Amino acid sequence: MTIPMRNLALFAVVAALFVVTGFVQSWNVTLQILNLGLVSAIMALGVNMQWGYAGLFNIGMMGFVALGGLAVVLVSSPVQSANWNAGGPGILLALVLGALSVIAAVLVWQKMPRGRARGLAVALVIVVGFLIYRAVFDPSVAAVEAINPAGAGNIGGLGLPVLLAWPVGGALAAGAAWLIGKTALGLRSDYLAIATLGISEIVIAVLKNEDWLARGVKNVTGLPRPVPYEVDLQRDPGFIAWAADWGLDPMTASSVVVKLCYAGLFMVVLLVLVWALEMALKSPWGRMMRAIRDNEVSAEAMGKDVTRRHLQVFVLGSAIVGIAGAMITTLDGQLTPGTYNPLRFTFLIWVMVIVGGSGSNWGAVLGGFLIWWLWVMVEPMGLWVMEIVTSGMPEGALKARLIESAAHMRLLTMGVVLLVVMRFSPRGLIPEK
Amino acid sequence: MDILNALVTFLNFVFVPGLAYGAQLALGALGATLVFGILRFSNFAHGDTMAFGTAMTILVTWGLQSVGITAGFLPTALIALPFGIALASLLVLGTDRVVYRYYRKVKAPSVWLVMVSLGVMFIMNGVTRFVIGVDEINFADGVRFVITAGEFRTMTGLQEGLAIRSTQVITVVTAAAAVAALFWFLGYTRTGKSMRAFSDNEDLALLSGINPEKVVMVTWIIATALATTAGVLYGLDKSFKAFTYFQLLLPIFAAAVVGGLGSPLGAIAGGFVIAFSEVTVTYAWKKVLTYLVPADMAPDTLVQLMGTDYKFAVSFAILVIVLLFKPTGLFKGASS
Repeated sequence: MTIPMRNLALFAVVAALFVVTGFVQSWNVTLQILNLGLVSAIMALGVNMQWGYAGLFNIGMMGFVALGGLAVVLVSSPVQSANWNAGGPGILLALVLGALSVIAAVLVWQKMPRGRARGLAVALVIVVGFLIYRAVFDPSVAAVEAINPAGAGNIGGLGLPVLLAWPVGGALAAGAAWLIGKTALGLRSDYLAIATLGISEIVIAVLKNEDWLARGVKNVTGLPRPVPYEVDLQRDPGFIAWAADWGLDPMTASSVVVKLCYAGLFMVVLLVLVWALEMALKSPWGRMMRAIRDNEVSAEAMGKDVTRRHLQVFVLGSAIVGIAGAMITTLDGQLTPGTYNPLRFTFLIWVMVIVGGSGSNWGAVLGGFLIWWLWVMVEPMGLWVMEIVTSGMPEGALKARLIESAAHMRLLTMGVVLLVVMRFSPRGLIPEK
Repeated sequence: MDILNALVTFLNFVFVPGLAYGAQLALGALGATLVFGILRFSNFAHGDTMAFGTAMTILVTWGLQSVGITAGFLPTALIALPFGIALASLLVLGTDRVVYRYYRKVKAPSVWLVMVSLGVMFIMNGVTRFVIGVDEINFADGVRFVITAGEFRTMTGLQEGLAIRSTQVITVVTAAAAVAALFWFLGYTRTGKSMRAFSDNEDLALLSGINPEKVVMVTWIIATALATTAGVLYGLDKSFKAFTYFQLLLPIFAAAVVGGLGSPLGAIAGGFVIAFSEVTVTYAWKKVLTYLVPADMAPDTLVQLMGTDYKFAVSFAILVIVLLFKPTGLFKGASS
């Protein structure tokens, strides 16, 4: 029982960090960090599933996060019937036609005998398919974007409750992961990394440029929330009385309560996922995954379908990241494609998993909280250090420069943390059992 | 039908920019492929090595400019480039000493090295931002154009102009010189030969008395020199921004994989394949076609296959196609 005690102590340390932040800064800030820490922990769980369980090197998390965000817009934003009627069915038809032509090209490739004729036929199918796709797609997009471009100009959503968007986000991410996995799994690990990096950039490019889908860089704001609004709470006499009981002013109380509601929702998702993942890890399936990870050749010799299992775990892990992506967009209440940055949404998650301990779910959770806290706090701490360092200096360009540079401390710190952990404690804070 | 004007438009908007971009990518991919061939991992810090080297070159350029040294009609950055390479090499060799060497010693699997390179990427990115900030920087000076569109029009009497910027010429010339020097080095010097031997068969190379640490050191220096040159040329041609260089990683890797990881010749071919595909797919062909077809058949759309923001998608699509159908790349590099 010594190891669980150690793990508990580690969690207690991280909890203490949050509590100290609460006393030193404010509880609002702490809860804000906590909420994103919860989401980060979920993302780390997804990555840990791919890397820790199966040794798959996926650096395209950003794309899956963004797909989850897109799901929120598609599921829960209000219906734009005028826009949808103008071109929605046309766009859908075009997308189906595009998919059909890709499938047709694959079929031609598989069915025809090798030779020049096959190459030509595939090229022809793709070119004709692309032309048809564009012929249907372009006018529909123009029609959708023409209506009310300042307010909407996109196909809108289904107007369903936002919580429904979370599983849908997972499903979207899973679908994308299936497509990528089908093509890139089974190649050497660097190739999967490059392919996933590419996909994630493409997803972001699509979100930024396809205005009909989610308004592109014009952003979708005012997404519905699963929790009450602060203003509504502040108007509610019952709430004001309750806050007064606690000796809080209604403003602070409302924002703390709203954040706590989010934290509760996120916590439920996190706990369910950790439980499910722990069960999976202990099951024969989990043992098989680890066997495959540790020695693919021998696992294959034992009759395990390695590529298929890899695909499975890749899809499942990406789905978890997609769910987290939907949660983050729900928390923000808006989808802003311009803010997706691979350093923040891909590589930071990797740092969490490595620091926490690859292969261990509790490690991923711990890493998620710890690294997220560090990521947020490094900037003010760096600023504070720089102010002390420069306090004796005369005012001037150098001083301004040093203080300004505190903003770049984050990346540096994360890199150093990653390297130090990989070098001196490669199994992470909570090693795999 | 106006073939000449169509041709000039094509050269001006597709061929010349594609050629310059291809040369930049080829240099970047050469560095990545060398590191892969000798050190046997995909170096994700390559884009940030480019950024750091370019940042150093920019600082030296500013220093030179402030004391009044310029290269006349050429950009001052060309004088600063060797200094930039030296400074970046120092950083990279230091990284190798502190970080990578340990993993070589314990013979860590290549995916670990890739992960470590992610950490290095973070640090280099941070250092670059720390040193030069995140803003867009233009550091090209000297003569801007070899020939402007107006001059070309008056010279030839054609309707369309062909503008060739001096940075484009410099890019192609410098890249050609760098590639020639590299191939001479790999083919004719003792160190170069031992590098190739090391890349082909590490055990055999060690048995024949090649000093692996020296090979690794030379590889890092050459890769850094190529990366910095590519970065400076890209920055001269367009502009410098730390984040853009990070994003160049994708087309550079795509070029290296398309050519065949570990194959220098392949990296060059891959660079041009990626660059020309990006430019042709994202270019609006309306103007060229209008010259080529009879007036009443002129296209009324832009005839653009994909928006310019999808250029990543182009490199990516080529990458996937090559991986699916020819995983060893065009020039038989390493495969799964």
